[in-house]
Amino acid sequence: MSLHCRIGGLGILGPGLPGWAASAPILAGATPWQGGELALPPPALLPPTERRRTSQPVRLALAAAGEAVAAEPGGTALETIFASSNGDGAILGSILDALLALDGVAISPTQFHNSVHNAPAGYWHIAIGSVAPSLSLGGHDDSFAAGLLAAATAVATRAKPVLLCAYDMPMPPPLDRVRRTETGFAAALVLRPAAGEGAALTLRYRAAPAAWPAPADALDALAAGNPAARSLPLLRALAAGRTATIRLPLLEDAHLELQVAP
Amino acid sequence: MWPLKISACTAATALGPGLAPLRKALLARQGGLRPCDLPGMPDGIWIGRVPGLETVTLPAALAGFACRNNRLAELALGCDGFAGAVAAARARHGADRIAVVLGTSTAGIEETEQAWQQRENGTGPLPASFDYARTHDLQALPRYLRARLGLRGPALVVSTACTSGVRAMTEAAALIAAGVADAAVAGGVDTLCRMTLHGFASLELLSRGGPTRPCAADRDGISIGEGAGLVLLEREGDGPADAPLLLGAGASSDGHHMSSPHPEGLGAVAAMRAALDSAGLAPGGIDYVNLHGTGTRANDAMEDRAVHQVFGSFVPCSSTKGWTGHTLGASGAVEAIIALLCLEEGLVPGCLNLTELDAEFRADVAMENRPAALRRVMSNSFGFGGSNCSLVLGRA
Repeated sequence: MSLHCRIGGLGILGPGLPGWAASAPILAGATPWQGGELALPPPALLPPTERRRTSQPVRLALAAAGEAVAAEPGGTALETIFASSNGDGAILGSILDALLALDGVAISPTQFHNSVHNAPAGYWHIAIGSVAPSLSLGGHDDSFAAGLLAAATAVATRAKPVLLCAYDMPMPPPLDRVRRTETGFAAALVLRPAAGEGAALTLRYRAAPAAWPAPADALDALAAGNPAARSLPLLRALAAGRTATIRLPLLEDAHLELQVAP
Repeated sequence: MWPLKISACTAATALGPGLAPLRKALLARQGGLRPCDLPGMPDGIWIGRVPGLETVTLPAALAGFACRNNRLAELALGCDGFAGAVAAARARHGADRIAVVLGTSTAGIEETEQAWQQRENGTGPLPASFDYARTHDLQALPRYLRARLGLRGPALVVSTACTSGVRAMTEAAALIAAGVADAAVAGGVDTLCRMTLHGFASLELLSRGGPTRPCAADRDGISIGEGAGLVLLEREGDGPADAPLLLGAGASSDGHHMSSPHPEGLGAVAAMRAALDSAGLAPGGIDYVNLHGTGTRANDAMEDRAVHQVFGSFVPCSSTKGWTGHTLGASGAVEAIIALLCLEEGLVPGCLNLTELDAEFRADVAMENRPAALRRVMSNSFGFGGSNCSLVLGRA
C-alpha cells in the first residue's frame, strides 16, 4: 500500500544552510557547500516574554517551520507534526543535575515545562495562534522517517495539508558521549493532498533493511551526524527538481521507499 | 476511517497488573494511591506505584532494554491474554502488517537518573553499562514491544506530554485507515521517576498530605502514578465479534500557554467536538465522560467549563485519577481502557476522595458510583504544550 502526497512550502536550517531560498542552489549542486556556523534566530513570531524563554531546539524548529509555511496558503491553520530524536538535551542535563543537588532539589518550573518533547509544537501553536492538532514524535536515528510516515498518513486520511518539522540539536556533556549528534539541523515540509500542486511524493513502508548510503560529498555527510539531516536526500532531489528513489531506514529491519517526481 | 475494533486490551496500574484488579477496585471504590515510599521524592505526596514492577525480568535476548518503563510494558503484555491476541493477529495479517505506536513522556529516564548518580564527582562520564538507545531514548519503548511481540510493521513513538498514549492510539488508527497496516499495538507506558515528581512539585501542582481529590472544592493537585495501557486495534470486520469499538477521536492545540490550560477550555471543546463529529454523534449520544480530571485547580475548572459547554449538565462525568493517579503519558490509554470497563460493567464511577464538589462546577460530576446502561463513552486527555485529545468508545 503506497501513500501519495505533494510537497508544498519548504524550510531548512543547518550549518552553511541559512534557509531554503539561500540554500536551494547549494542543495541542487549548483553552488558548493562551504559549511559554517549554525545561526539560530530568536523566534520573531513569539511575543518578547515567550521569546526569552525559548531554548535552542525551539528556535531551530520554529525557524524552519516558519519558513516552510511563509508562502503556504492557510499556513497558520495547518495540522503539525514535529519529529526529534534528542528533544532538549540541555534542559534534560540541567534537570538531572538539579536532581542531585545536595542542598535540596530545586528544578526551574519553566525548565520543567519546557522539557516536554512537544515544547516546540506548543510554542509554534502559541506563536501563530493555531488550535489545529499537533503530534510530536521521537524515533532515535529515524525520527525524520517516522515524521514523514506520520505526515503522509495524516494527509492520506484527513485530505488536508500538514506541516512536518524535523529538528535536532547536539547533546551537551555527558550525554554527548552516549548520543552523538554533530551539529544542529532542521527541515520543514508542507505535505499537501495528492490532488494539489507541487512535486509528487510516493511513500511505501518496506519490511526489509536498507543501509544508509555512503555520502557522495561533504553535504551528504551531515546526515550521519544528525537525524533531521536524513531529510537531505529528499531535499536535494526537490531542490534539483529531479526524479529520485530514496530509501530511508526506519528501525534496523525496515525502511520507507520514497519516490519523488518534480 | 471509523470505527476500529479494539480486539484486545490490557493495563497495569497501581491497582496491580491486568484488568481484573482495576475492575474490582472501580466497583468497590478502592483506590490504588499510597504515601510515597520511593527515596528522594518530594515530601508528603501520594503516588500510584505498580506493585511488583522491580522484579519483572525481560527475555534474555532483549535484556539490554531493561529499565523501569520497559519492565512495565513487559508486565502489561503478559496480562489478559494480550500477547496471545497479538500473536493471533500476526497469524491473520502477517508480522509486517502490524504497526506498533506507543506514547510515553518518561521513556526509561529513570535509568538515566540512576546513571547520573554514578558519575564520578558528579561530573564524570556516564557509566559504560548505560544503554541510551534501548532505555532512555523515546523509541526504546516501541522497539522493545515490536521485538518482544515478533512484529515487523512500522513503529512510532508519540510524546505529547499527557496526551501521548491517546495520540498514539489515534495515529495507530490513521495507519490502519491509510492502509499502511492492518492492525496496530497502541497505547502508552509511563513510569515514576524523580524528574517528573520533582518537576510537577516545582510547578506546585502536586497534592500534599493525601491522595488527589479531582473536582473537589478543596482539591490541591495531582497524585502521580505509573501505568501501561495497551490495545490491539483492527478494522471493524476483523477480530472478535463482541469486541468494543473505537468510534472516533478528535485532537486540538490550545495555542495559549505551555503549562496552563486555556481558562475557557477552547482547545478542550474543540477536541471533544471533533471527536463527536468523527463518530457522527451529537452530544446526547454520549452516556458518560471520563474526564482528564487531574485534580489541579486550573485543569478541573477549565474542564468543567468545557464539558458544560459541549454537554450541558445532562451527561455524567468523573475523573478516575483517584484510583490510578495521573499516569501522565500513559493516562489517555489507561483511561480509554477504564472507559471500556465502565461500558462492560454499566458503571459511572464517582470521583474518589470527593466529599464536597467545587461549587462553581456546572457539569454533572458523579460523586458516587452509579449503575447506568452505557453505550458510548468519551475519554478526555490534555497535556503541557496545549495538547488535547478526546476519544469516543462504544460497544459493538
